[in-house]
Amino acid sequence: MTAVAVSGVWKYFGDFPALRDISLEVPAGSCLALLGRNGAGKTTLLRILAGFSKPAKGTVTLQGHEPRAVPARRQIGYIGHGISVWDELSATENLRLFASLYDVDPARIPRWLERVGLGRVQDGLVREFSRGMRQRLAIARAFLHDPNLLLLDEPFTSLDDRAIALLQSVLREARERGAAVVMSTHQLREALELASDVALLQKGKLAHAGPRTAEMVADPAWLYRQHGEA
Amino acid sequence: MRHLRHAMTIAGKDLRSEFRGKEGINAAFSFSLVMLLIFSFAFDPTAPETRSIAGGLLWIVFTFAGALILNRSFARDVPNDCLDALIASPVEGWSLFLGKATASFLLLIGIETVCLPVFAVFYDISLVPVLGQLALVMVLGTWALTVVGTAFGALTVNVRLREIMLPMLLYPVMIPALVAAMEITAHLFDSGFTAVDGNWLRYLVGFDVIYTALAVALIDLVLVA
Repeated sequence: MTAVAVSGVWKYFGDFPALRDISLEVPAGSCLALLGRNGAGKTTLLRILAGFSKPAKGTVTLQGHEPRAVPARRQIGYIGHGISVWDELSATENLRLFASLYDVDPARIPRWLERVGLGRVQDGLVREFSRGMRQRLAIARAFLHDPNLLLLDEPFTSLDDRAIALLQSVLREARERGAAVVMSTHQLREALELASDVALLQKGKLAHAGPRTAEMVADPAWLYRQHGEA
Repeated sequence: MRHLRHAMTIAGKDLRSEFRGKEGINAAFSFSLVMLLIFSFAFDPTAPETRSIAGGLLWIVFTFAGALILNRSFARDVPNDCLDALIASPVEGWSLFLGKATASFLLLIGIETVCLPVFAVFYDISLVPVLGQLALVMVLGTWALTVVGTAFGALTVNVRLREIMLPMLLYPVMIPALVAAMEITAHLFDSGFTAVDGNWLRYLVGFDVIYTALAVALIDLVLVA
């Protein structure tokens, strides 16, 4: 089953085409690493998939629904550049909010807080948390509703070792239960460890899309060199 | 039912955040008191002319203080990209809007309720005989301010200098509702509720209904570029 289908997508910022005729498919249970230099269009594509932005041309479907449809949004777990949790709320209050919005059983909240190592500070305000604790809470927030599609924008950037291990572990579990993952990243080594497929964006165009190969894992910069980027 | 529950969840989150941070409340409340104090020095509270403009002064204070609360409505979710998480969640745009508008409305009504006795003392006005009608005007006028301000708050949330942009967009659109609220309030303080005020009241209800319907219908266009 196709989790994500992108067909002929163009996106302009003013006259500048940030995405040019992007077409790709992500099957359920696969993990697509979206690679590319800064400004290649990775975040723009992810924001279109997450429903934050509409393409100028082309279509996007998530498990058969357009991205802004409620059934599609119910299936999405999104981690962007920010942690998307409120500083003025406690860890439990943050997760309770998302449990309510996703119609999830609140009994999951203590389990997730234990899982990410925040059980002892569940009633502490997020503004008092260290950076690592906040990042782990953000992971619990994104996975609380067992999403079938994970959209991750630079998920490993500035994570501490514990959070990286946690994220890799929950992503593997998600894939085992059939969830699809699309992640944009500069952290090639961590991403290629998880990825089943790789797409390379260059100046808004899809330069490469295909399965991850042994060459990519052995030498993360190999794909960039193949496409003329040092 | 689920959509209303989502709206109330958003409202509860906003109120809890605001009561813990107190950025908007403190600013709006202290600003209102300072404005009322300055006006009481600028206009002789015992003069008959002052009584006829008192309604206008009160709504100027409420409107300016309101902008401080309304600016925070969507801006509160900008740090940590929390607004992205709300937009990505399966919450309808109009539920999100109604939740935010409800929270701002309750905060504004709270500030107005505290300021009203202060105003009555400064201007030597007895509120008791007109309390019912005044409460009705405050609810209708404040909802008008809230619904327009929340919609423009969503529009300006990612704009630089949004603190200036919001009042620049809000006040011109609010003029019809403000005129109605000021007229009724001034009459209440001066000569009591009249037949003309009934027309102003219907006008205010119409404004509320039209702008609420417009905001609910168009909010998705504002949230998703």
